[in-house]
Parts: sequence; structure tokens; C-alpha cells
Amino acid sequence: MANAATTMSVNAAVTLPKRPNPILTFIRQQPMGAVSFVVIFIMMFAGLFPQLVAPYDPLGIDFAQILAAPSWDHLFGTDAYGRDILSRIIYGSRTALVIGFSSSLLGSSIGAVLGIASAYFGGRVDNWIQRFVDILLAFPIIVLALVVVAAIRKTVIYGVDVNLIIAIAIPIIPRVARVVRAAALSVSVMPYIDAARAAGYSDSRIIFRHMAPNVVAPFLIMFTAFIAQAILLEASLSFLGLGVTEPTAAWGLMLSGNAADFYREAPWMVIFPGVAISLAVFAFNLFGDSLRDYLDPRFKT
Amino acid sequence: MEAQVQVQSRAAQSSVPLLAVEDLHVRFETSRGVVRAVEGVSYTVNRGEVVAVVGESGCGKSVSALTIMRLLAKTGRVTHGRIMLEGRNLLELSEDDMRAVRGHEISMIFQEPMTSLNPVLSIGAQIMEPLLIHLKMTEEEARARALELMQQVGITDGERRLSQYPHQLSGGMRQRVMIAIGLACKPKLIIADEPTTALDVTIQAQILELMKNLSRELGIALVIITHNLGIVARYADRVNVMYAANIIEKGSADDIFLQPAHPYTNGLMRSVPRLDEPRGTKLQTIEGLPPDLRMPPEGCRFAARCPHKLEKCLKPIELIDLGKGHEARCHRVDEIMSGALKVEFPSGPAVTSQAHIGDKPILEVTNLKKYFGVKAAGAGIFSNEMATVRAVDDVSFAIAPGETLGLVGESGCGKTTVGRVVLRLDEATGGTIKFSGTDVTHHSGREMRGVRRKIQVIFQDPYSSLNPRMTIGEIIAEPLKVYGIVPDKKARAARVGELLTQVGLFPYMAERYPHELSGGQRQRVGIARALALEPELIVCDEPVSALDVSIQGQVINLLEDLQTRLGLTFLFIAHDLAVVRHISDRVAVMYLGRIMELADRDEIYKRPLHPYTKALLDAAPIPDPRIERARAPRALRGEIPSPLTPPSGCVFHTRCPIALDVCKQKVPEARDMSKGHLVACHRAEEIQRGEVLQGA
Repeated sequence: MANAATTMSVNAAVTLPKRPNPILTFIRQQPMGAVSFVVIFIMMFAGLFPQLVAPYDPLGIDFAQILAAPSWDHLFGTDAYGRDILSRIIYGSRTALVIGFSSSLLGSSIGAVLGIASAYFGGRVDNWIQRFVDILLAFPIIVLALVVVAAIRKTVIYGVDVNLIIAIAIPIIPRVARVVRAAALSVSVMPYIDAARAAGYSDSRIIFRHMAPNVVAPFLIMFTAFIAQAILLEASLSFLGLGVTEPTAAWGLMLSGNAADFYREAPWMVIFPGVAISLAVFAFNLFGDSLRDYLDPRFKT
Repeated sequence: MEAQVQVQSRAAQSSVPLLAVEDLHVRFETSRGVVRAVEGVSYTVNRGEVVAVVGESGCGKSVSALTIMRLLAKTGRVTHGRIMLEGRNLLELSEDDMRAVRGHEISMIFQEPMTSLNPVLSIGAQIMEPLLIHLKMTEEEARARALELMQQVGITDGERRLSQYPHQLSGGMRQRVMIAIGLACKPKLIIADEPTTALDVTIQAQILELMKNLSRELGIALVIITHNLGIVARYADRVNVMYAANIIEKGSADDIFLQPAHPYTNGLMRSVPRLDEPRGTKLQTIEGLPPDLRMPPEGCRFAARCPHKLEKCLKPIELIDLGKGHEARCHRVDEIMSGALKVEFPSGPAVTSQAHIGDKPILEVTNLKKYFGVKAAGAGIFSNEMATVRAVDDVSFAIAPGETLGLVGESGCGKTTVGRVVLRLDEATGGTIKFSGTDVTHHSGREMRGVRRKIQVIFQDPYSSLNPRMTIGEIIAEPLKVYGIVPDKKARAARVGELLTQVGLFPYMAERYPHELSGGQRQRVGIARALALEPELIVCDEPVSALDVSIQGQVINLLEDLQTRLGLTFLFIAHDLAVVRHISDRVAVMYLGRIMELADRDEIYKRPLHPYTKALLDAAPIPDPRIERARAPRALRGEIPSPLTPPSGCVFHTRCPIALDVCKQKVPEARDMSKGHLVACHRAEEIQRGEVLQGA
């Protein structure tokens, strides 16, 4: 057995060209993507271990330091309750990431399954799914999210607003379904799908085992791009008072409430959360774009 | 230089050749290293001559042609050599001067007529464009010349065609338009890169005949680049054979075909099934793959695959002059030419016993119909008006266990649809399909599962028939797992290795992904996947047409071997008559959704009783210039009618040379002319008695 293994590896070594490290190739081909990933990584680290990074308790009220300007004590200043803005941004990244990630994952996954099923079955199934998608697409993203948030009960599990995740995921579904359907349509006519059908595999096996891996590139791109959208949407909903509620640290929330009353006297109250939102959205969008270019075989030689 | 002098003395009409490619070297810089695509290629083309460059994919034949036009991709670089057109070195011209050469002095015809015409410009605009640019004609002059050109390339009704768009023309018509564009400025040289590869046999014959005649009449030199030795035999004056970036043999067509000097040229000719070879011969094949052009071997590049290699073959070799312009790059060329060494390639284990053919049919197809509804032409966006495409119309045949039935026809004749309906990938519109005596035409998905195990498929395109995201091992193991044939994981891996060995691959390849294999290797994986379920019937849909000539032979031999060893039954669908004849026991010829003739393979090739079968056989090229020259040009006229509006009566009557009035009115029944030789023609008896189509 060991003998066979060695001859196998020898053979493989002789004829197989060494595969270049995909991470290094990504950095070389997509430097901006790599930079944006660093931003995302910092955000993730801050979100996972805020207590290691944050200088203060995000909820700690200090009436002696109300509306303090940025200084060495409070790098980003404090808000109307004397809470440290830097710490609130760091803790806020957890809210943004959890909601952004999970709602985008939920929406994109449902959308992808609908899109692939639509392309694979065609005919009447395709028609029904696509008309449903049309209806959802008729509403602007924020309006649809508002409707859903208003319609379902607030449910918080382990400090996560599940209703918010669902509300953000639903407008994502039709958009992903459309794009994935287009990609899946071209996959569905490939001979290897015919081969799978000729072998008598079940529909679900063909969809999940044969088609899904081949539309993973558009899926990943949509997924990362919609994380940015979801973060923005969560901030908007919180700003409108329908999302995360006080005193939880959330970027959108930090822009609303009494920040609106004090922004003239204490502009740092809105500047820094705003910058955090922009940076996160920018990073995810850029990363999605580079991922698309990297995964698209036409960009490879 | 010596070679050139010789060629010039042969063509005494001119002292300087029209085009001389001298010691050309082209390299491509890729992320995986420097590919030496062309190394030291030299050839000349005289005025009015037809020169062929033959070779398999990746041998550098197209690259050398694109270099003449200076149309290389950005990564390509000419590192050495000259390209002399009437004394000017094209490689040293400025880009502006070069633009004046392209289309004006040299024009190029590409392989794919579907994509090399611009879909949003009318035919007229595209033919007139070079006239307006290069010859500075006025609009009216250009129009008049365009009409003249259309007539020259055999497009009738030119006035109307000028305002049409590419999608309104058939493939053959589009290629004629491409030729008209190529001819527009009366060039001295036309380079045709695989001009007929995408066309059907009867259309291919028309186009080649046209190009040859035009070159004769107008004195235009023609460089034909192709992988098909057959078409070269008939039309080329001189042939250059390329292998792994080198020219390995050059000479007149007679030299190359009748006295091939290089073992590779020999092998190429023997690995192709021929219409005129006796029945039952096994194909000789060139084993292995061409060398990697990033690090080509120092010595003879063919040595690794050559059955006659010696120690000295590892030393570098140049072209050796054999006299009268015949040259070959082989260390043992003297022995081969003197007859001391007979070039023989292995043909695999000989098939001693013919597979046993049972009596009870395993597959019975009766009156099969498959109609597709498409939106009617001219129907508005809100209209639901539908037109019916009769892809398969009333097709019946039966296959006995262990037998191979060949299904042959031009594109759009419905042969692939028959295969798809038999596999139940498409639902039949009418008729019945019986497998092992059970009617499976309307089996539900679950009922079909048991049957599917027994009917498997091998697809044409080895690049798209394997899931790119799965390893070879996963692809082959999947059916074993899904059907619970080999539930144990370890045993499954062992079985995958066994299957891979069976199709001539190595077990370690199970860990690779499809893109890491060559075309021929992938096709073998496709075969292994079909074999995994231990099927009884395999539908082979053009299994070799996407492969290189030397690889084709390997796969055909493999299929034959497997059939004898495993007692398989094949429904073999292909457009290549020679391949079908080679592998089949019986052959069915299809045209526009109907079977025209069905008979034993020797019977159908020796005594075809349908005018369409005769036309197909006449159009198929044979790689022997003597035979080819003796054949009269009998290209079938016209195009295949649209299956949307098939002709009344016999569907072939519009192109048939012996059609009568009755052919336009009555659909001919398939009649048994002798011992199961079925023919659907009103005049079959007359043809059988030799009263019409005599000597055809």
C-alpha cells in the first residue's frame, strides 16, 4: 500500500505542474482586493474580540466627559452620554458584521437555490419563480425591508435581531436569483448536466452537486457585494429607529437620536460612525469586485 | 536556402516566389512559461499555387499563418526569421503599411463563418468595406463590384442578399461571403485557416471546389491550413506537414501521400479510417501526446511517439533533402525511402473474435417523432403563433445486442435528437422506444432509474461533458455511489482505478481535475464514466469529432476493444462517413429528420441505393491524390432546407439530381430492397438496376 502511494506521488510529481498558491496569486493580481481584505479582516477581528481592542465599555456612561472632543483619552471623542465613540464603533462592527453577514448569506443562498431551480426546471416552474422575483423587485430595497420589519415581530436571540436579518435578507433574494439564474442557464445546457441526467441522478443531486458548484463564482460576488448593502441597510433601518435599539452599539444608530441635535457642536459624533460605514461598504464592494475578476477565467492567461 | 532554389526551379514561371517564410521563430510568453509555438519554419508559395499546411492542434500551423498577417496576440513575439512578400519583409513594415497589405495583397478566411462576420452589419456593407477603404471606390462602384463578387462565389440573388444580415444565411453561404470579402481587392494570396472545418461534407466539397477554381481562374495563390489530410489530397499542389512547432515533411501532394517519408506523416494517414480500405482493418495509432512546447525535446520531436526510434533519434535533426523539393526531418529517412524500413504503428490487440450479435433487438425505435415548437418567424412579441420544427419525423430502427448501428447525416438532420430521445433527455412527440422488450417511451422518472443504468452516453465535446468542479475520481465514482453498486468507499476507489485502467489511463489520474487532462484523455474519462454503470447500450454522440486525428484513432480502437470485451451495444452518431463505416455493423443515413437508407455497412458503401447516400459518399474526401483526381467533381448543389418548412413529398427532392414529379407529392416508404437493405426512394429499383445515376 505504501509502495503504491509512493509511485502514485512520484507519477503525480512528474506530470503535474506545481499549482501556484492561490492567495499569493490573488494578492499579485488584485492588490486593491488584498487591501480591502485587510480592512475586512481588521473589522472582523474587532467584531470578534472587541474587549481586546476597545479602550472603554461601549455602554459606560460618564457624565463628566459629555461631548468631549477627540483627545488622547478619547481618540474619537464622546457622545451626549459621555460614551467613548471609538469603543462604540468597535463594538458596533460586531452588530454590522453579524447582521450584514447573516442576512446576506441567507438572502443570497435562498436566491441562488431559486435561481438554479428556475434555470434547471424551466417552463412553468421558471415562469412562477421569475414572476415572484418580479414582484419583489418592484419595491425599492429599503421600502421592502421597512415593510417586512413592520410586519414581523421583534425577535432577539442571543442579542441578535433575527427579524432585522430576515427583513434585510428578503430584498436580497430576488436580485441574487436573477443573476444566478442567468449563470445557471448556461450551465444547464452543458453536456455534463445531460450526462448527470442520463445517469439517472435525482433533481436535487443535480442541482446541489452538479450545478451549484459551477455558479459559485457569481454567487460569491453577489454575496460579498450584498454584505456591504446589508450593512448599509442595517445602518439605515437603525437610523430610522426600526433596527437595532439603544443602548446597543450600532453604526446607524450612532448617527440618529441625539446625534442629530448635537452634530454642530460635536461633529465627531457623526463623522466617525459615518466613516466606519463608508469604509466597511467600500471594502466589501472592492473585495467583491476583485473576487469577480480573480475568479473569472477570462482574466487568467 | 537550398530548398528554395529547388522549389523555384520547379515553378519555372517566376524566379522569385510570391511568399517566402524564412526560418520563422515565434514565442508566446505565458504565465506558465515561454511556449515556443513556431521554431525554424520555412516555406514558399508561388503565384497561383495551392499550398497546404497540415498538422494537429497546437503544432503551430495557425500561429505561423497569423504571423504572416502580423495578427499575433500581444503575448506572441517573433524572435527570428523573415516573411518576404515579393521582396519586402512584412515583419519590418510599419503598422500603416501593413494595414495596406492586409485585405489588399493578402487576405484571410477564418474557420468559423458564424463569428467572423459582424452580426450587426449587412452582407453588402461587409463586402464593400475593403473596396471603399483599400481601392477608394465610390459607393456605386463598390456595389457593382460586390454584386460581381457574389456571382463569382456562387451566391444567386445577389441584389437581395446584399441587404441581408449574417444570421439570415446558412453556414455555407456565410463562408461564401467570407470568400467574396477575401477576393474583393484581388489579392495575390489568400490564407484560409480551416476554411471548411465547421461545414458539412456536401457543403465542404462545394466550398473547396469553389476556392480551387477561383485560384485557377484568377491566379491567386492559396495557403490552406487544415488538420484534415483528406481535403488536402484533392486540392493542394504542395503540402507542408507540421509537428510540434517544426515542419517535419514537405513536398508535392503526390510525394506526401504516395511516398510519405516521415513516420509521423505515415502515422497520420493510417490512423484515419478510409472509405476505400477493406472491412475489418484495425486502425494503427500514434500512441502518446505531442511534446510540451515549453520544453521541447532536443532531438527529433516525434521520437517519443515513434515506433522506429533509435539512439541517434535523440540528436537534433534538420530537414533532409530527398530530391525534387521533397524534404523530411527524420534520422532514418534513407532507410524508409529505400524500403529497408517499413513504417508500422501498433494497432493495439487485434480483435480476433467478432462480438456475438444476438437476434432479439435490445433497442427498438418505431415511428419516432420529435417536434419542437418555436416562435414563428415574423410573429409579433405578443403573438403566440408557433411554428413546428420536425427534428425527427417517423424514424424506425432496431439494434441487436452486441451490434453497432451508425447514424450518419449532416448537421440539423436530427441524428443527435434521436440519441437524446433514446436517452430520454428529450420527450418523444410520437412513436415508441422499446428497451429489452419494455416500452420505456413514457416511463416516469422513478421507473426510468432502472433503465438508465443500462443505457449510457458518451458526448462529443470532451471539454464540456465533464463537470469542471469535480475530480476525475469523483466523476467516475458518483454513479457507483448513487446506485449503491459499490457502497464501500475504499472499494469504490479501487473500482475507479480499474475503470481508468480499462480505458487506458492511470489510476493516479483520479485526483486530477478535467482541465489538467488533454482532450483525448478527457474523452477516455467520459467513456470510463459511461462504463461505471455496466451498461448494455451506449449512445455515442460524435465521440471523436472534437479530437485530433492521431487521438481519434486511439479512441475508436478503444471503443471497438471495449465492445468485444464487454459485449456492448453502440448507437454511434457521427457526421464522418469513414469513421461510421469503420466502426459500425449497420449504417442508417438521415436527412432532414428522416432515415433515407439503412443497410449493412459494406452494402451501403458499395451499393448505395439512395441518391443522397451517393452524394454523401462522393463528397467525402479520400486521402489519396490519384483517387481524388480520378473522381469527377460531383458536389451536391444547394443547401439543406430549413426543417421549419421541409419540402413536400420526399424531403430530398429539392437537391436530388433525379427527382420526378412523384417525389414532390408522395413521401416515399422505406422498402426492403435486399436482405434488410432499406431505402426510402421512389426510384430505388431503377438505381438498383443501374438505369439512373449510372457509375455514380
